Amino acid sequence: MNSDHPPLSPEAKKYSTRRDFLLQVGVLLNTVAAFLIGIPLIGFILASIIQTPPPTWFSLGPASKFPRGTTRRAVYTNPYRKPADGDTAILTCWVRHSEEDTFQVFAANCTHLGCPVRWFEESQIFLCPCHGGAFYADGSRAAGPPPRGLYVYEHKLENGELKIKAGVLPNLARPS
Amino acid sequence: MNAKFKPVVDALTNLALWFERRLHIVKIWESSAGHPIPKSSASWFYTFGSMTLLCFVIQILTGILLALVYIPSPSQAYQSLDYLNYQVQLGWFLRAVHYWGSNCMVVVMFFHMTQVFLWGAYKYPRELTWISGIVLMLLTLGLAFTGQVMRFDADAYWGIGIGAAIFGRVPFIGAQLVDLLLGGPIIGSETLSRFFALHVFVLPGSVLALVALHLRLVLMKGINEYPKPGVQVNRKTYDTEYNEILKKEGIPFAPHGIGKDIVASGVILLVILGLAIFVGPSGPRIPADPTQVISEPRPDYPFLWIFAAAALVPNGSEVALFFVAPTIAMILLFALPFISNEGEKHWSRRPVAILTVVTSYLGLALLTYGGMTGPWSPHMEAWSSQATKSQFIKGRTPLELQGAVVFQNKQCRNCHAVGGGGGTRGPDLTQVGTRMTEPQLIRQVIQGGGNMPSYGKNLTPPEVKALTAYLVSLRPPGAAPAQDTTLVHGK
Repeated sequence: MNSDHPPLSPEAKKYSTRRDFLLQVGVLLNTVAAFLIGIPLIGFILASIIQTPPPTWFSLGPASKFPRGTTRRAVYTNPYRKPADGDTAILTCWVRHSEEDTFQVFAANCTHLGCPVRWFEESQIFLCPCHGGAFYADGSRAAGPPPRGLYVYEHKLENGELKIKAGVLPNLARPS
Repeated sequence: MNAKFKPVVDALTNLALWFERRLHIVKIWESSAGHPIPKSSASWFYTFGSMTLLCFVIQILTGILLALVYIPSPSQAYQSLDYLNYQVQLGWFLRAVHYWGSNCMVVVMFFHMTQVFLWGAYKYPRELTWISGIVLMLLTLGLAFTGQVMRFDADAYWGIGIGAAIFGRVPFIGAQLVDLLLGGPIIGSETLSRFFALHVFVLPGSVLALVALHLRLVLMKGINEYPKPGVQVNRKTYDTEYNEILKKEGIPFAPHGIGKDIVASGVILLVILGLAIFVGPSGPRIPADPTQVISEPRPDYPFLWIFAAAALVPNGSEVALFFVAPTIAMILLFALPFISNEGEKHWSRRPVAILTVVTSYLGLALLTYGGMTGPWSPHMEAWSSQATKSQFIKGRTPLELQGAVVFQNKQCRNCHAVGGGGGTRGPDLTQVGTRMTEPQLIRQVIQGGGNMPSYGKNLTPPEVKALTAYLVSLRPPGAAPAQDTTLVHGK
């Protein structure tokens, strides 16, 4: 401390000085400002949680592309495509058109850890290359570590077009 | 001294002194690089820490240079890496040094951690040094993981998918965590951007801050003296004892204790250089195209053991593996300096410590080897790429030959090897005829069981008949077919 200043007398200590006041105002001002800046920043960080676009309907093309009794891979563009997405905006799913004339659309992601499952026409099995998870033609769990059957996208036929509700990476917490 | 040079030397000395009077460099030097260390601590075993730090410096330098060319966008990342590999002058070298520098940093860091553990350096009064080291380890692994995502090839893409699948298993907030991880509902440009921000800003910045704390603690609490068997750490007396050691045999770290660190640094630099030149950069491999479902993703070396563990734990215990086990491991690591705060430091008097290190290293090595070979993964192309060898066809009846065709065409070989060709996901069937009877085989094919799907609906009865007849014929020459012992005894 600068020795030029005599220590404050007990009398003077009773009153708060202008410096003390300015310090308090400063702390208050900065706290308010920090919240005003900080809350929008946190909002920005959490934007992908708060503003998740829900799955949406879009077409996989004419249903005739998927003949009866077959399971084929369909390719579609992410409805929420962004300019810099590149190849990652082109997604894929498995379409099954059963002998009974019903459709099923499965996500390509294995329900164990998300690796891409492959369809084997000859043995009528979906097989995952990572840990050998296997699924039957109707998507139900066949063997291996997956905890459930393949993720199924909602679908509908409109004017001969097969439409599915997708656009979200399926996982155990949000199966479709 | 030659009188001719005297004015020059005087001028330089004055200049140096001018700076010294303003910056007090000598004082800073004495309290940092020149801090006293016990003479015994200038040991080869104490060089791993500075090697890790050197690796990190290499990563920062090469990382900044890579960022001059790399474009963190799914539409450009792969191309910019290809461009670095093949067109930019020495771009491949830069990528290789960054990749091998990362692997070396992880390895040397674990050696450092092992040494600190075995030499008891985490005990009083260096608890916080250990704890900051654990945080640094987590940050380093975070850097390694986000770094492999930068490659943005198929492995990286599906690796993020695996991350999302793991997060999706978290109870209650799984879906929100996936959105936070991906920066949206699906893997896309914002996913790569956030991994990039983590990799080049958040994690390296945190490492710098933690390294500052880590080194400050080393300076404040002194480097661990080389432990002697029988010497106990006691909270009440340790500080005095340590000061006694410094008084008796203290030497300044720089220049008298630093020699071995400098040699070790040179060695690790040459190792990184050698690997970079002779092995080269890693990838990028297959482009990250979600429509290419032929991908068989596999993580980089530091995470192969987790990949293997995920494959080997019993079905349904993933939550235990991904959440419970890491939580317990972290609690143990952070609590270690408080669990064993005093007592023996020397490893020869700490059998549990040695056992911990041996089992950890054995476990990590075996799991990493498993991760490299991946025996649990089906060979997705075995059925179409590997011909059945002639000795498994020769002399078979027409029915058995039909069975061989079924075996091949129904992709059985993707999981089952015969004569060395095929997957190892399921049992090797080269001699299955000696251990299973036809009825047992029929039951297994139709009903499945364990990790095998049931093929009852997928094979016609004639196909099953032919297939099992062929499987029964898979025996070494002269070996009798398996007999059902329960039936024999039942008669």
